[in-house]
Amino acid sequence: MIGKKKRYVQIIIMALLIIGALFAGFPVLWMILSSFKPNAEIFAWPPTWISANFSLHAYMEIFKNPEQIRFFINSYCISMIVVLFTLVISILASYSFSRFDFPGKSVINTIIISVQAVPPITLLIPYLSLMVTLKLFNTYGALILTYMLFTLPYAILMTTGYFNTLPKDLDEAVMIDGGSRFKALWSILVPIAVPGLVSVGMYTFMQAWNEYLFALTLTKTNDMRTVPIGINLLMGQHAYEWNQMMAMSVLGSLPILLLFLFFQRYFIAGMTAGSVKS
Amino acid sequence: MLNNNIKPAAPQKWRIWKRNITPYVYLSPTIILLVILLVIPIIMVIRYSFYDNVIINKNPVFVGIRNYMEVVTDKDFITAIKNTLVFVGISVIAHLLIGMLFAMLLNTRYLGARSKAFFRVIYILPWMFTASVIAILWKMMLNPNGIINYLLDVFHITSQHIEWLSSRKFALAAVTLINIWSGYPFYMISILAGLQGISTDLYEASALDGAGAVQTYLKITIPQLKPILISLIMLDFVWTIQQFALIWMTTGGGPIKATETLSTYIYKQGFSSYQYSLASTSAVIVLVICTIIAVFYVRHQKARD
Repeated sequence: MIGKKKRYVQIIIMALLIIGALFAGFPVLWMILSSFKPNAEIFAWPPTWISANFSLHAYMEIFKNPEQIRFFINSYCISMIVVLFTLVISILASYSFSRFDFPGKSVINTIIISVQAVPPITLLIPYLSLMVTLKLFNTYGALILTYMLFTLPYAILMTTGYFNTLPKDLDEAVMIDGGSRFKALWSILVPIAVPGLVSVGMYTFMQAWNEYLFALTLTKTNDMRTVPIGINLLMGQHAYEWNQMMAMSVLGSLPILLLFLFFQRYFIAGMTAGSVKS
Repeated sequence: MLNNNIKPAAPQKWRIWKRNITPYVYLSPTIILLVILLVIPIIMVIRYSFYDNVIINKNPVFVGIRNYMEVVTDKDFITAIKNTLVFVGISVIAHLLIGMLFAMLLNTRYLGARSKAFFRVIYILPWMFTASVIAILWKMMLNPNGIINYLLDVFHITSQHIEWLSSRKFALAAVTLINIWSGYPFYMISILAGLQGISTDLYEASALDGAGAVQTYLKITIPQLKPILISLIMLDFVWTIQQFALIWMTTGGGPIKATETLSTYIYKQGFSSYQYSLASTSAVIVLVICTIIAVFYVRHQKARD
């Protein structure tokens, strides 16, 4: 009896798993399939799954267009610089949080946690006039600077967490030997924390790569646009070349997908940092 | 600041001062950025909300709360609030239910490690895509001649070619569906981490007491997950209230005002009508709402530490 009941439960779970996988995965599969179709077949009724006219044409069009390539270059540059700055600044801040007690620590910590709740749209109008005043409007600088506000809190919270797990004896040993605090941080703590920092870096990269609102409003000319804006620009420009938009979407998602597949564990650590406490 | 009652020798005093100042030196880049990117902009936006015609006019006039009166009596603002409530409410509930269901599926004993890893990758997929990819993909699928209508036809649900995103009747539901799809993985992963953190002793004790699966779930699993669930719901509230990209790129707030939410409303006020003062006023209202949620969130997080 019990064995039979278990079997039913197993079948129900399998069925639910497959339905769930269709819900989550089908749109992604559809995007990939559509990127290999000629545009005329996108809304064929009944739909074609794998087109008889399967082609890489849409991808070639993207690669041939210097404007599209530029979107990718911009996104890579901005995201990498944001990752670099975020890591350096958050390592310094986390060292302070992890190794010192000082007046104001709790206040600063609270401010950092609550940045997660500040709606970007609230900051949009002041940022616009701020960037114009700083002469950063329509430059990488505008995007790099504004992204830092949203990448830093996560990075600091996560890095502080990692540093807290490392014993204080490690850096104190360096200082007893006559080394400076700064040296203790960079030559001892940072190398040990590399796995944690990788996950911080990837989460930061993903945030920067995917940002839309500021990229839309703080840049103006196409040579400063990033991939998320570029994908959307295809919509107006080429009178709905759906296959190209899908190809661009696949290409634009590829860096994140690859990072995720190779470093899944780190990504998940990043996602859960905000809500789960170990 | 410390040990001031003892009078140390000069070099020692210097050392104590240095020791006291060190943590602030390490924090200084963060503090400078927080001041430039957070404190100053918030002061600016609050100031703007009390002035007339900011940014465009070089010498704006102080108007007190006139902008606030104008915004809260604007019927488009009321529509935006209503739509935002529907959008946020349904999204948060659906995220929670789907995230919970998928997390539990991934946590069952009936599944081997390999299939677990496989399904986990599939289930996380929507989280990997940027809003513009999600918007365009769903725009294609929800096209009157798109795959969704085809599937509805094949399964004999409806054979009409529904214009999901351009009908006043369906647009808000369609946009909410897209947001549900794109947001549940965050819940799933967090809940999964929470489930794996529950000690097996608790379940064993519950099994010894003869509790059934449902009882164990209600008495052990839910109470153990409660702190995580509360954090998730609060974060999601704040994130969904400010969801802009998905709505902007799928419907732009339309048709007419059917999917106008607070974020598209603010954006249009600012960047289509150049009413920067009114946009700032609405932005401050959203900030206040989010701050109230954030206060609870921070308190909750601190209580957990």
